Amino acid sequence: MTEYLYLIPILPLVGFLINGLLIGRIPRPVITLIGCGSVALSLALSLSLFFELKALPADSRMIEQVLFTWIVSGNFHVSMGFLLDPLSAVMILVVTGVGFLIHVYSVGYMHKDPGYGRYFTYLNLFTFSMLTLVLADNFLLMFVGWEGVGLCSYLLIGFWYHKKSAADAGKKAFIVNRIGDFGFLIGMFIVFWQVGSLNFVDINAMAPAAFIAGGSLITITCLLLFVGATGKSAQIPLFVWLPDAMEGPTPVSALIHAATMVTAGVYMIVRSNVLYMMSPDALFVVAVVGALTAIFAATIGLAQNDIKRVLAYSTVSQLGYMFLACGVAAFTAGIFHLMTHAFFKALLFLASGSVLHAMSDEKDIRKMGGLKKYIPITYWTFLIGTLAITGIPGLSGFFSKDEILWKAFSSDYGHPVFWVLGFVTAGLTAFYMFRLVYLTFHGPERMDDETKSHLHESPKSMTVPLIILAALAIAGGWVGMPHILGATNYFEHWLEPVMASGRNAVDTHALMSTSSNAGMEWSLMVASVGLVLISIFVARMFYNKKPELATAWQKKMSGLHKLLLNKYYIDEIYGAVIVRPTVYFSLFLWKVVDVVLIDGLINGVAVVYNDLSESLRQVQTGRVRTYATWFAVGVVVLIAVFMRG
Amino acid sequence: MESQILTLVTFFPLLGAALLLLIPKERHDSVKSIALIISFITMLLSFWLYAMFEPLANGMQFEINIPWVASLGISYHMGIDGISLLLIVMTTVLNVLAILASFNSITQNVKGYYISMLLLATGMIGVFCSLDLFLFYVFWEVMLFPMYFIIGLWGGVRRIYAAIKFVLFTMFGSLLMLVAILYILFEYQSFAGEYSFDMLKLAQMPLGHQAQLWLFGAFALAFAIKVPLWPFHTWLPDAHVEAPTAGSVILAGVLLKMGTYGFIRICMPMFPEATVTFIPYISVLSLIAIIYGALVAMVQKDVKSLVAFSSVSHMGFIMLGLFALNLQGMEGAVLQMLNHGISTGALFLLVGMIYERRHTRLIDQFGGLAKVMPMFSAVFMIVTLSSIGLPLTNGFVGEFLILLGTFKANVWYAVIAASGVILSACYMLWMYQRMFYGKITNKENEGLKDLSIREKIIVIPLVLLIFWIGVYPKPLFDRIEPAVKQVMNQMGRSGTVEVDEDFSIKPVLADRTAEQELIVKAEKEGE
Repeated sequence: MTEYLYLIPILPLVGFLINGLLIGRIPRPVITLIGCGSVALSLALSLSLFFELKALPADSRMIEQVLFTWIVSGNFHVSMGFLLDPLSAVMILVVTGVGFLIHVYSVGYMHKDPGYGRYFTYLNLFTFSMLTLVLADNFLLMFVGWEGVGLCSYLLIGFWYHKKSAADAGKKAFIVNRIGDFGFLIGMFIVFWQVGSLNFVDINAMAPAAFIAGGSLITITCLLLFVGATGKSAQIPLFVWLPDAMEGPTPVSALIHAATMVTAGVYMIVRSNVLYMMSPDALFVVAVVGALTAIFAATIGLAQNDIKRVLAYSTVSQLGYMFLACGVAAFTAGIFHLMTHAFFKALLFLASGSVLHAMSDEKDIRKMGGLKKYIPITYWTFLIGTLAITGIPGLSGFFSKDEILWKAFSSDYGHPVFWVLGFVTAGLTAFYMFRLVYLTFHGPERMDDETKSHLHESPKSMTVPLIILAALAIAGGWVGMPHILGATNYFEHWLEPVMASGRNAVDTHALMSTSSNAGMEWSLMVASVGLVLISIFVARMFYNKKPELATAWQKKMSGLHKLLLNKYYIDEIYGAVIVRPTVYFSLFLWKVVDVVLIDGLINGVAVVYNDLSESLRQVQTGRVRTYATWFAVGVVVLIAVFMRG
Repeated sequence: MESQILTLVTFFPLLGAALLLLIPKERHDSVKSIALIISFITMLLSFWLYAMFEPLANGMQFEINIPWVASLGISYHMGIDGISLLLIVMTTVLNVLAILASFNSITQNVKGYYISMLLLATGMIGVFCSLDLFLFYVFWEVMLFPMYFIIGLWGGVRRIYAAIKFVLFTMFGSLLMLVAILYILFEYQSFAGEYSFDMLKLAQMPLGHQAQLWLFGAFALAFAIKVPLWPFHTWLPDAHVEAPTAGSVILAGVLLKMGTYGFIRICMPMFPEATVTFIPYISVLSLIAIIYGALVAMVQKDVKSLVAFSSVSHMGFIMLGLFALNLQGMEGAVLQMLNHGISTGALFLLVGMIYERRHTRLIDQFGGLAKVMPMFSAVFMIVTLSSIGLPLTNGFVGEFLILLGTFKANVWYAVIAASGVILSACYMLWMYQRMFYGKITNKENEGLKDLSIREKIIVIPLVLLIFWIGVYPKPLFDRIEPAVKQVMNQMGRSGTVEVDEDFSIKPVLADRTAEQELIVKAEKEGE
């Protein structure tokens, strides 16, 4: 079957081409069949290839398939080639699995939309790009997928383009991502000129010889690549586009802006773990940015009133966790959290979509409340997602978050401060998530009667994916249980071959600290679970039992509340410092430099020339007498010259 | 026939122009169809040329060398390498599309217009075929006048101003070039004892450093105006805004390439040492062009002048890639010449289509077009993406190689240029948003018709080219690479610069001591 590897991304591409070229000419059932069917086939193929890969011995789990040479110029050579290894196998399962569920969910969610065909066209293009990103066997093809998902994100955020806010948000996402891509590009250049290849297998083999470990060049390279990651994965300082991206249809937020695309930065760092392992400084920066983003976004999440925006900031925060994991060289933990997050965050978004579906697209949680009895399936699945993200023991999020926190504390690259930041974030997360649950599903019904009369549970095509994702959000973490619980961490073993080359690159011993200090690990775990429970209790007090408490606190700290509500005014600052000055400077270049200076100079030359000709024209009087005089003068001068010569 | 194929491709449009002279001028339909057929056959001829061209082969192909004015060493010397081949094919394709796009927009003096278009084609193809400097100059000037008329007679409101500005700028450059050509002629006479305008021979003549600097300067100025390199660009927005659609397409698609082509065909092989000396100056001007063009494009109100300034920015990329003087940079630049012709040509065609419907090009007059013209919007989006260099479109391959090559030559140049990639997304997407997204605010936009069949025929080939070059550019590189290597070898022949093993041009240091020389030698042997 491995010879069909290329079909995994190609199938959605075919779906995109058919739906795109025949747009407006085929009926909806056919669109649905092509849109969902192509991804279903990809999923089936991914599963069968996964098991085929699993059947191989651990150290030969790597299949590379080169289709054709893409760009060749002198010694620069890049192919269209795909690489299936344990890491990309996990990624394609997440992308096609969660992707397929979201495709199915969209059938119900988008059924009234006039842009149904366009929607599935974009969604298939996205799936193609995302699969290309994770299957690429070289940096440049990865970049193709990278930009492709960015394009789809742009198109889908701005899907309802008649709304200015949607079109603005799409553009913002694209441009902010481009800023990140700038770093990615330059980083790629250094890798190529240093290693001589952009192929991952080559890089893994040759980078240790091409770079000096711990040197400044490798640090610069890793940091540039990381700039790319901060753009795509919405980290400080480039996170600003993700909350706005919620303008897109909700299944898009689930697929692109929670489960798959935004995790591309994490994937990219793990894919180049060999490079990062050679630069402890770069790892430190990654960890710091990740930890700070985690806590920073969580604080903003405390004060938002738009159900999707709370989830968006929570995504930014959770991505921070993943980068924190990468930064302390716990790459496996990062990917593990990426996977569990894909399950529970897709679930949360889809469930919130189901809420919007019921609420006639009202997104403000202050106008909700008491929805539990109207939309029970949505409620229970949302609650499961919330329990998973807050890290209640037994659910998927608990295992992955706990692993990250422990590694942040205990890894050779870790530090207790990283742990504290992650620990506090866990508390904040539990608080704002339960605030969301209570305000949305419990307490008094605050919606108007018109909305109330329309409240209804979503159709099967939406609830079935919710239920499946809820099951995954519960059980998805069981493959990676910690050693101290006496379990085997299958996930870590599975990814082991991918991480081995990174460790060999720096030739260290046992970086992944084994459970050398089980007592400490237990205490930290208990502490964080305790904090989560306390936060949930506080949220329950504030937003369910004694709502007057919340109002009182809000008044008491109105300054802070305003700061958080306005997201620290980051957008306003960027606008004032970067965007507006650029526009004014451009106007200056046009109106002054171009029109006045350059053209003025040239027209000036023309004017002078004109004036000069005008005066010289006076000489041509047309009177014979004047000419005769000049003629005589000429003759005299000539004679004088000849006489002297 | 085959030995004279270049003559055939070059002069076939001229033949057509002569044929048009015989048609009564009120027979618009016959004039149009004959012009279209002629340009179409020319295109087929250029495809035949492409098919017969030997890829991966060195040297010029289809050479014709017939003495013309023997006493002055002028000969009818034609021949093409991969670079000229691709530019010729692009020229003939754009010419067909431009003629097809003029059917409805040109209503005055129709016959004169199509004669100008065909004459222009002969001039352009001729420039790309010439291997004789005199012949080159003749075609160069032949090109000028039809374009002057196209802008000046069939242009917009300020057409006279724009046409004169265009001609004055260009003439200024070509006069300097003429002086330089004459100087070279006499220099060659004293070197070889005979007159010759043969470019291949002239490139073998050693020239002193000072002479090279002056001659390079004269040619470079002529070419830089054509490119146009900052700060010689101010004629371009005016010419574009005033020219009819087809004029803009040819101007941006082909005429600007004359500048960059001149650098690679004449300046580099003939004045290698001066080329190396001028790297920093030209690179800095290119960088200014990239950033400046993009910034000014961002604040334009007329979509045509936005595209014009974006051309300044893109041409800056091409110049930067050429003067990286290594394989990746130069090959990327040559490919980008084609890409710019395709993408910018397509943009001007699309703008022309909307102008024909609304008779305005002001961005704020539009908005919400995606709703009424879905197909037009989709094509416009694809071309926009190609223009901002999205992977799997043609623009990416060229831009990437240019930046990769530039990075090797000078890290900071590449870093600054790469920031232009961000800006191009800003101005293109902002323009797209204002024209196509949002609600329809202007009543006049409500009933606009989507693409007609003729318009589809115009845009589909360009869209296919955009993706073909983006996904599988290898056949093009097979033709570009030997040509670029040949230019570099020509440069290396002079002995003042050297080509290293992975094809980068390096100056030979004149003041190396004997000891340093030994070290260099030892290093080389060590490798």
